Amino acid sequence: MDKRSPRAWLYLLPAIIFVTCFMVYPLIDVFIYSFEEGYNSASQTFSGVGTFNYSYILRDRYFLQAVKNTFILVIITVPLSTALALLISTGLNSINALKRLFQTVYFLPYVTNTLAVGLVFMILFKKTAYTDGLINLLINLVGGGSVDFIDGPYWAKMFVLCFYTIWVVMPFKVLILTGALASVNPQYYAAARIDGASKRRIFTRITLPMISPMIFYLIITGFIGAFKAYSDAVALFGTDLNASEMNTIVGYIYDMLYGSSGGYPSYASAAAIVLLVIVLTITCINSMVSRRYVYY
Amino acid sequence: MRVVLQNLTKTFPGRGKRADADVVAVRDFSFELPDGKLVTLLGPSGCGKSTALNLISGLLSPTSGAIIFGDEDVTELSPESRGVGLVFQNYALYPHLSVLQNILFPLQNLRGDDKLSKPAMLSAAREAAELVQVGDLLERRPSELSGGQQQRVAIARAIVKKPRILLLDEPLSNLDARLRLQMREELRRIQQEIKITTVFVTHDQEDAMSISDLIVVMRNGEIEQIGRPQEVYDNPAKLFVAQFLGSPQINTFSGRVSGNTLYIGEDAVLNITGAADRDVIVGVRPEGMTPGERGALRCVPLRVEVMGRDISVVCSNAAAAGPTLRAVINADSGLDQLALPDTLGFTLNPQKVHLFDRDTGERVRFESVGGRAYG
Repeated sequence: MDKRSPRAWLYLLPAIIFVTCFMVYPLIDVFIYSFEEGYNSASQTFSGVGTFNYSYILRDRYFLQAVKNTFILVIITVPLSTALALLISTGLNSINALKRLFQTVYFLPYVTNTLAVGLVFMILFKKTAYTDGLINLLINLVGGGSVDFIDGPYWAKMFVLCFYTIWVVMPFKVLILTGALASVNPQYYAAARIDGASKRRIFTRITLPMISPMIFYLIITGFIGAFKAYSDAVALFGTDLNASEMNTIVGYIYDMLYGSSGGYPSYASAAAIVLLVIVLTITCINSMVSRRYVYY
Repeated sequence: MRVVLQNLTKTFPGRGKRADADVVAVRDFSFELPDGKLVTLLGPSGCGKSTALNLISGLLSPTSGAIIFGDEDVTELSPESRGVGLVFQNYALYPHLSVLQNILFPLQNLRGDDKLSKPAMLSAAREAAELVQVGDLLERRPSELSGGQQQRVAIARAIVKKPRILLLDEPLSNLDARLRLQMREELRRIQQEIKITTVFVTHDQEDAMSISDLIVVMRNGEIEQIGRPQEVYDNPAKLFVAQFLGSPQINTFSGRVSGNTLYIGEDAVLNITGAADRDVIVGVRPEGMTPGERGALRCVPLRVEVMGRDISVVCSNAAAAGPTLRAVINADSGLDQLALPDTLGFTLNPQKVHLFDRDTGERVRFESVGGRAYG
């Protein structure tokens, strides 16, 4: 069929309508909102057009806190969870006994509800009037003092958030990497052994390049996912994230729209556009780097 | 390097319904590879030839027996430390590395005293690439090479570290017919140039015959016969060997020795001595049958296949093992291809006739009387 045939467009129509209505239009709309100053969602009026929304949020203490939190979360959890997943899936791939059992066990967190997991983490980490929590008991056991992980110092809260995020995102990565490892033709390993390569060299020179497309896929989606983190923080610290200094960019957007201090769709839109620019930049850098290192 | 295999046996545990029965891939395998020679393991698929190769390479470890390279027992050594080169059936070139990096890889893994400087590695890799004539492809990825070029790179990678022994696992089976002929001559040239002891595994008797110094015919994990190619062809030890070597395949008939006469069906075909009266399987090479007025073996000609230099006369005979049999004769033998007679007599060349025991398939020796056949 000719590429310009009207029938081709007809077949594409459902997808085009869907993408236009639910992705392109909202994106343009958000972009427009972000430049409308003093927008009132009840009366649908605005007082002017300009960059005030941006300068407001970029001076907003809560927004800057959210950006900082998000970046810390991204920089810690993405590399760590990917590396751990690689370690676990390599381990899984080299055992025979109970392989399927372990695969299932490692996948369980993926099918568990985020909020339920958050509750469990709270029980593990929270320090109340009655108990210091299981983790603090362990810390006490090795001679450390109790730390309030949920309402305590910033680093403790950040630690829990990172720990939790890594725990939640890892199963998917383990699944993908286990599949990638299993799909490497074992003949390459045989060839490498004949070529006198040690186990370590086989891993770095053969295995890693072979599964590099999957690793980069996980890193890129990991970055995007971590930048969009919100529910994890809510699950651990409740909905008033600004008060607990644990807000994320998406959390800030939500608060600006619907939170107790909400009702500012223009600020929310400006924050969303800032997030979009950040994610887009990181993804571009990622794919430029991957072009250099990834073998397809 | 001389390589000795002593009573090698490899069994694999059975699976599924036959979990209690071990599968014997190689049984009591003993022979000696002379230094610098090209030895072919030949047999049908599943005969254990690749298993035998993998035992030599160290990728598999034997259930029992010993492998000795020169004076060193390497049975317990891992493939990394055996110093063998192996060319895989589908080459197994690392797809993410360039040709040069592929060839360098074995050198980069060398440790201790064997470790080379970077320039030494590069020059060794270039030398190997020149030997197999891929010197101008060094920057390419394997996916940008043709099958024959990939094959050459695989050989370069296998020989670059100067292995003690070179192993080739069906290296020609992924190539088309013309390339195959070319590559097997190349293999022979390279092997003789670097004078390396080489084990070549194939199921193709023609490949085996054309380039080997020694052929080991295998079946069901056991050695059927070892010998020089012509020797194995002219003097098969067993019916299986006779059938496996030669193209077209050897014709087989049920026959019998009675007195000094060899009968195929009712036809007295040869005058022989030295064999007791018994029922035998008679194998006759297609080129050992000459049609003639007085030919003793009466067959019904069905059609003639032209092969250029020769023609192949397809016939049937009640005593033949298969529905048809073939005689390969000179194209200008005067046989009228358009008007085939109802029956055609063939004179048999006693050198091309082999007798085998009907039950065991073992060779039954005989001497033809005065080298003369009936007819």
